[in-house]
Amino acid sequence: MSTPPARTPVLSLRGVSRSFGAARALHGIDLDIHAHEVVAVVGDTGAGKSTLVGVLSGALQPDEGQVLVDDAPVTLTDPAAARALGIAAVFQDLALCANLDVVENLFLGQEPVRGGLLDEVAMEKEAWKLLGQLAARVPSVRIPVAGLSGGQRRAVAIARSLLGEPRVILLDEPTASLGLTQIAEFLTLVERLRARGHAVLITSHSLSDLQAVADRIVVLRLGRTNGEFDADRVTYEDLLAAMTGVAR
Amino acid sequence: MSAPLATQPRPGAELWQRLRTGEMSALPIAGALVLIWIVFQALNGSFLSSDNLVNLTQQSAATGVIALGVVLTLHLGQIDLSVGAVSGLAAAIVAVGSVRIGWPLTLAVVAALAAGVLIGLLYGAVHTRLGVPSFVFTLAGLLVVGGLQLRVLGSTGSVNLPFQSWLVRFCQTSFLPSALSWLVVAGVVAVFAGARLRDRARRLHAELSAPSLASVLVRVGVLAAILAAAVAYLGTNRGVGSVFALFVGLVALTDLALRRTRWGRFVRAVGGDAEAARRAGVPVRRVLVSVFAACSTLAALGGVLAVGRLAAANQASGAVDVTLTAVAAAVIGGTSMYGGRGSAWSALLGILIIQSISTGLTLLNMDQSVRYVVTGLVLAIAVVIDALQRRAREQ
Repeated sequence: MSTPPARTPVLSLRGVSRSFGAARALHGIDLDIHAHEVVAVVGDTGAGKSTLVGVLSGALQPDEGQVLVDDAPVTLTDPAAARALGIAAVFQDLALCANLDVVENLFLGQEPVRGGLLDEVAMEKEAWKLLGQLAARVPSVRIPVAGLSGGQRRAVAIARSLLGEPRVILLDEPTASLGLTQIAEFLTLVERLRARGHAVLITSHSLSDLQAVADRIVVLRLGRTNGEFDADRVTYEDLLAAMTGVAR
Repeated sequence: MSAPLATQPRPGAELWQRLRTGEMSALPIAGALVLIWIVFQALNGSFLSSDNLVNLTQQSAATGVIALGVVLTLHLGQIDLSVGAVSGLAAAIVAVGSVRIGWPLTLAVVAALAAGVLIGLLYGAVHTRLGVPSFVFTLAGLLVVGGLQLRVLGSTGSVNLPFQSWLVRFCQTSFLPSALSWLVVAGVVAVFAGARLRDRARRLHAELSAPSLASVLVRVGVLAAILAAAVAYLGTNRGVGSVFALFVGLVALTDLALRRTRWGRFVRAVGGDAEAARRAGVPVRRVLVSVFAACSTLAALGGVLAVGRLAAANQASGAVDVTLTAVAAAVIGGTSMYGGRGSAWSALLGILIIQSISTGLTLLNMDQSVRYVVTGLVLAIAVVIDALQRRAREQ
């Protein structure tokens, strides 16, 4: 993949820190994400990947530092505010309501309304379309999510992030519970997202899954950035060294 | 890997699965109500007389409205234990305001409802800002509001409403004229049929799976038959009471709000998984506050209807009995205690079941003790079914 030219990043972090009590999850993070770009954030368990996604998606507020959209500082008070700025996230735990059905989950918080009432027909039609794009096999869009398998739930969560054509899509550990075929399907989907002009950020604790699709790889270690690599040129050993902190 | 599409469950197995997981909540409960009616009719021939059924519907309305509020809080996985006390306070405000102080009755009713709104907003604020479990602070609210009720009533402790006041007439002697009843039935059936057919046409147009025309017509026919039978049979006596019509109307409106509005979907989402709902962009705090406010307001309205029905407010208005009956009605009617599941109609079905048991036992000259025991057993059965359905869903 081509290296992104020097241009304004869609979403940036400048010196962002975040603590949970005495534990410092993020420490002085700088990060840029551009349109037409897939950024992989890799790191060991506890490196701060989920916290990073939390800050970018508005689910968590940074203690220090700034979040910038199009180089302008913003305050993401909650996920809805981030959504309004075109930032969508799929969390590691998927954040689906098990008692709601597939359609209800897909459109939760952004339901189309027709004459004061929910437009179920429009939602259901769009739901089939989105799931079709992901090649997701779901027995029915009208059964509660509690009745779906782990892979099917992940597909629902990713389909939800695509609603409203967000500019930035954040995927927290999307490959964690997928089989090999599903990972391949997922990577194809990510390439399609990039081709459509989305900026994509994916976190993973696995090196091998994302190198095929990522343009840049950012390594997190113990809450700090520990190297940024061109995905085409970096070697597995370089990444492993940066992740574990072992000198090569 | 791929979804198991191959095995089509047998129709019987599918029905059992839906029953087991509580996907079809209203039908089995309506069946239970019919069963209770058949049993009491067999024991006492006057149970299903139109006179008794009119009384039954009239007696259900006030506590039914309170149960409707409880259904809303249960949807969130929360509970408001002070609904009885709030209804008692509302009754006291109406009686004391209009009789002792001399306010116009309408103003007294508005003041009572406003007190309900205020109490609910307070509960919502305490819950969302401080994170106190609702069953504890509404228990505190029960005592505080009960105390306020005694203070409002003053030393005599009992205030009578004049029988010619509109509230008493509305709750005791006002019945829908026969022609109006039939007009309402025709209107409801027409709107229901129109909505179903239009929905079907839109689904077909959007190339989605749609119910067959026959199944739509059967549903419309069943609704028309139930409504017509009820209006015709009650019409052989005094007819459909205004206060009962108001209650059923409120249930239908709440059902529409829960199923077909964004607010209703937010309520079910927050009840299912509040954190997931928050991250999806649902304004969780506002939803919680709105539900506590709606619950207390409905409780206050129930108190207003109760003071009209008894033409008096006293220290026993809205006793603990009322809270327990309202909560029991919501659960017996099929709304889950675990949040996120239920239906507004469970308030109607639940209160009808409790009231039927109560009236039926009275007709059999059984006393209070038997009534408590039987209602308690029915509640226990309902809670056990709720728990079993939850287990079945989680598998």
